[in-house]
Amino acid sequence: MSAPRTVIVAAFVAVASLGLAGCGENQQVTVYKQGKYQGKPDTKPWDSPEYGGDQAKWERAIETRTQGQNEYVRIGG
Amino acid sequence: MARMKFLCDAERCIECNGCVTACKNTNDVPWGVNRRRVVTVNDGVIGAEKSISVACMHCSDAPCMAVCPVDCFYRTEEGVVLHDKDLCIGCGYCFYACPFGAPQFPQAGAFGLRGKMDKCTFCAGGPEKDNSEAEFKKYGENRLAMGKLPACAEMCSTKALLGGDGDVISEIYRQRVLKRGRASDALWGWSTAYGAPPKQGATK
Repeated sequence: MSAPRTVIVAAFVAVASLGLAGCGENQQVTVYKQGKYQGKPDTKPWDSPEYGGDQAKWERAIETRTQGQNEYVRIGG
Repeated sequence: MARMKFLCDAERCIECNGCVTACKNTNDVPWGVNRRRVVTVNDGVIGAEKSISVACMHCSDAPCMAVCPVDCFYRTEEGVVLHDKDLCIGCGYCFYACPFGAPQFPQAGAFGLRGKMDKCTFCAGGPEKDNSEAEFKKYGENRLAMGKLPACAEMCSTKALLGGDGDVISEIYRQRVLKRGRASDALWGWSTAYGAPPKQGATK
């Protein structure tokens, strides 16, 4: 096979593959699944830099804060 | 695991609106949006005036979640109901479904165009990186990720508004009612909430 012919065949293959790729029909709209959260995932509060994934430490901090609202515990009663 | 809830003690609330101010300031809530507000009944009637602070109650079976056509709501492991503003279409269905009027809609344009829904997040931010600029701009401060409770409850001067694990705050409230020591409604203060019991011999 001569060199110019090889180039023509290669160009044809490239154009054909590009053209066929354009025929692909990708989903471009959001598909809603009834009753299922569709948004972005969220992280857990204990995954924050302050707690570094230590759930027990976070729960202790929240418990302390919650009991801070109880003046019978905070200042005695 | 905790089920995060709010509980407002109407016997203690003095309608100072400290909770409203704390919420507005902490979360940089836009003008015209009230994530929390204080409702007063019998305003000005001596002895009969009662106030209660209301916001999203983070329902266990939230009607807003049920009616949302784009399913942008989710409930975290701690029981906080949050939503993704990138998905919200601002239709207002959640506003009609919510019994507390919690969902708020900022005016987004010159012709009263309704913006994306905004509501109390229990100071838990939203589906963005914790305490990032994007999270603060869309949802406000993520105090839970800092190990803190919502600003409204922590700022309440009389501790009328309690926030935290439902079981723990219910126990705090139960202790209070017992300490108040009302004779007729010793445990839960039912007669305070639903009116005094009928007098002996009174006709209906």
